[in-house]
Amino acid sequence: MSPINEQRLDRELKKGSAELLILSLLEARARHGYEIRKLIETRSDGVLKFNAASLYPLLYRLEKRGWIEGKWVEKAGQRRRRFYKLTKDGRKVLAAQRGIWESFVAAINRVARPENA
Amino acid sequence: MPDWKPEIRRRLAGLQLAPMREAAIVEELSQYLDDCYEELLAGGSSQAEARQKTLAELRGSAALARELRRMEPQVNPEPIIPGSNQPGSDWRTKMIAGLWHDLRFGARMALKNPGFTAVVVLTLALGIGANAALFSVVNGVLFNPLPYPEPERLVTLHQSKPNFATGAIPYPNFLDWQRENKTFSAMAISRGAGFNLIAPGEAEQVRGRRVTANIFSVLGVKPALGRDFAPGEDERGAAPVVLISAELWRRKFNASPDAVGKSLTVDDRSYTIVGVLPASFTLFRGADVYVPMGQWNNAALQNRSAALGLHGIGRLKPGVTLAQAQADLDGVMRGLAEAYPEANRDHGAAVVPLKERLVGDVGPILWMLLGAVGFVLLIACVNVSNLLLARATGRTREFAIRAALGAGQWRLLRQSLLESTLLALIGGGLGLMFAAWGTKAALAALPSGLPRAEEVGLDARVLFFTLAISLLTGALAGLAPALKASQRPLSETLKEGGRGTGGGRRRAQGVLVAVEVALALVLLIGAGLMIRSLSALWNVDPGFRPENVLTFGLGFPPSMRTASDEAKHANLRDLSARISAIPGVQAASFSVGASPLQSEDDLYFWIDGKPRPASTSEMHMALVYRVEPGYLAAMGVPLRQGRFFTDQDEVRTQPVVVIDEVFARQYFRDENPLGKRIHLGSDRDPLEIVGVVGHVKQWSLAGDGGQSLQAQLYEPFRQLPGSPSEVGVVVRVEGVGTGGAALLDSIRRAVQSRHSQNVVFAARTMNEVIADSLGRQRFLMILLNAFAAAALLLASIGLYGVISYLVGQRTQELGVRIALGAQRRDVLRLVLSHGMKMAFGGVALGLAAALGLTRLLNQMLYGVSATDPATFAGITLLLAAVALLACFVPAWRATRVDPMIALRYE
Repeated sequence: MSPINEQRLDRELKKGSAELLILSLLEARARHGYEIRKLIETRSDGVLKFNAASLYPLLYRLEKRGWIEGKWVEKAGQRRRRFYKLTKDGRKVLAAQRGIWESFVAAINRVARPENA
Repeated sequence: MPDWKPEIRRRLAGLQLAPMREAAIVEELSQYLDDCYEELLAGGSSQAEARQKTLAELRGSAALARELRRMEPQVNPEPIIPGSNQPGSDWRTKMIAGLWHDLRFGARMALKNPGFTAVVVLTLALGIGANAALFSVVNGVLFNPLPYPEPERLVTLHQSKPNFATGAIPYPNFLDWQRENKTFSAMAISRGAGFNLIAPGEAEQVRGRRVTANIFSVLGVKPALGRDFAPGEDERGAAPVVLISAELWRRKFNASPDAVGKSLTVDDRSYTIVGVLPASFTLFRGADVYVPMGQWNNAALQNRSAALGLHGIGRLKPGVTLAQAQADLDGVMRGLAEAYPEANRDHGAAVVPLKERLVGDVGPILWMLLGAVGFVLLIACVNVSNLLLARATGRTREFAIRAALGAGQWRLLRQSLLESTLLALIGGGLGLMFAAWGTKAALAALPSGLPRAEEVGLDARVLFFTLAISLLTGALAGLAPALKASQRPLSETLKEGGRGTGGGRRRAQGVLVAVEVALALVLLIGAGLMIRSLSALWNVDPGFRPENVLTFGLGFPPSMRTASDEAKHANLRDLSARISAIPGVQAASFSVGASPLQSEDDLYFWIDGKPRPASTSEMHMALVYRVEPGYLAAMGVPLRQGRFFTDQDEVRTQPVVVIDEVFARQYFRDENPLGKRIHLGSDRDPLEIVGVVGHVKQWSLAGDGGQSLQAQLYEPFRQLPGSPSEVGVVVRVEGVGTGGAALLDSIRRAVQSRHSQNVVFAARTMNEVIADSLGRQRFLMILLNAFAAAALLLASIGLYGVISYLVGQRTQELGVRIALGAQRRDVLRLVLSHGMKMAFGGVALGLAAALGLTRLLNQMLYGVSATDPATFAGITLLLAAVALLACFVPAWRATRVDPMIALRYE
């Protein structure tokens, strides 16, 4: 278990979690923007919510960094949609971020666990 | 489903994203919102509720904008749509961006239709090239200053006589002018002369000049090699020195730098070469050898009545005007007339600017040719305009769509003009290449008659002129199509479905073609008049029979100079006999003095029995031909009365002369001139008139009668004392065409068998002499003909193009007509009448213009009036025939229209 760099921790806390959510959702397959928004909402039981104005800047930023890749796909009987999938780089970043997150959560838990439990 | 796009766009506004990127984002987000809305509806929300909730998805879009601004590259607004007004850029950037865009678009259009572009560019290149070439001539001959320092101060000097404004100056008079004038910084004098160049190399006749030693410093010309003459070298007894031309230097010394100091044997003397003149020095065209005047061993140099063909060149003092110099020399001449009345009474001085003297009266001809070639460019311009108009019709929809997208009229106009200007500039560049390459070649190939031809070339002024006419041509050619394209009502065009049937456009084309035909007609009539003049000139009876006559010069070796008169005469008689004995030679004669259409010589005389006039200005004058008995037969001059010279007329017998019919009429009226006597000078016996011959055209075929000096006098060559250093020879042969060169070889062999240093030079047939004397008319005729031919070709191409285009446009209509029973004949008539209407409109316009413009040719015309009805009618018929042919081909094609295909068309 490697110690977490303080600055990095701070930064990751602020925005990293949102990125982690998106990257995780794209790990299994490519999804379009609205699907991502719905999944975040349902899987978090409505705790985490994004709207278009907050989701898309994230998507474009991740795409710009080359972690995800958007592509217009036209499926039979459906309208054209832009599907995002994880890139190779994105996969590495996801693994790393997941590690950081898990250490972070574990560390929080260790600190925050009630003493009498 | 609500349209979310405007909402999204509103939120992205101001980001200035690249248009493609913005469109993608808008689509993606709107997709997202659609999904969202559908789900809300499916979940039971009302439409209004769903809409409200969906729009909430865009809440906080400032973050989106901020994020995008950070991330996405902002682009400068590229004007996608011509004439659209993007906010946020100033008008200047927009205009330049717009121009650049239009230019690129124009270039793309040009590349898309390489055939069309090639035709347009070539047409313009020919038109602009011809103009650039002719302008470079006008520029070189008329505009450019002479290639000497401060050329405006240079003048030529002449002594004016009662019947000759720019006569030669006697040497003693010149020395007095030089000494007594107050307005010249320097004055020089020179005369042309033929020299026998004996060594180095083979003996040959060269042209040269006797010059005062200061002549090159007066002009401001420095030798390219060696030095100029020194003042002391211009005197009798000084060491013989010579300056040579760059041409001779190349020919005889292989352009070797050590030619200076070498010796040159000219006539009977050996000269030391002190310098070589620069190749650019062409004032005395053809002169190869320059020797100091003062060393000339000629007693006549001291004679105030002997002019010896000396003409002066002066450099005015700074600030002195021509009038002041003239007044100054007039004063000097008045003094000389008082001091030496016999020689100088009624004589004056003439001061002429050097440039004016060199260029002469060629100015109006060049301007006229420039005008003619301007017509050709106008026709080319009209042709291109027509082509562009035809294409503009094809592009109607393109322009309409652009207009619908917000392009303003000005923007469309600019696009059209820019495209035609682009084409014209390419054409101009190509034309300039034609001009650079062709001008020198043309000047070399065309008959002479143009002064300063060697100074013609491309310079900044020619480049500027070419650029200017290219731009003007582009604008002119593009204007009609541009106006048409930008004025078309939109809705009409878009409804039409791409088939242009605009009557207005067709009318514009018709007018352009008519103009073209009119311009061509004017040029053709001009050319026709010149052809008629020349053929009239060729048919002028020159007073002799020029066919089968060969003329050449014969130079004698220096040793003959010092021989006794008897030896000289024996030599001449022997040479004459040798030439006459050559097989094929029918008659031959030496000739010195005047020679028809070639050189002038005159003398003073008075009639025996009348008192000797006090001064030469009161004596009569006549042209003098000093010839042998064979002359009359050799030249084919008819004998009218009495006899011509015989072998018995020689030094020891009674001096005789023969006069021409003009002389007889002028001085003896109704009396019989035979047996009358005339005096040629106090020191000679009177000469008896033994015969009268026909008048010969001495001055020119066209303007002989305009010269005041007409009376002609023949002296027997064999009665002259001594012998000249060279003579002219005229020979009548059997068919000069078959073996002129071979015959000349036999002549050369014959005279050199007598002495190897006898030189035959400047051989020409008499027909060539006549052709050269008509050089200027031929120059004008050839160019006018070339321009007229180009004009006719361009105009008929224009007519053909317009009719073809018309037939193409009306294929469907014609098909319908044929399907409904129209005969092929009717179709033919329909199309032809349309074409001929344009052609006749042009002919009417052209005839009116020609009536006004051919008057400019008047000076160059001979034997035909500037409004000669036969020429006008003939040329009009010719043009009509060509026009008919140009229309007939497409008209005939129209009759081949298959109605079934035509109806299925489109």
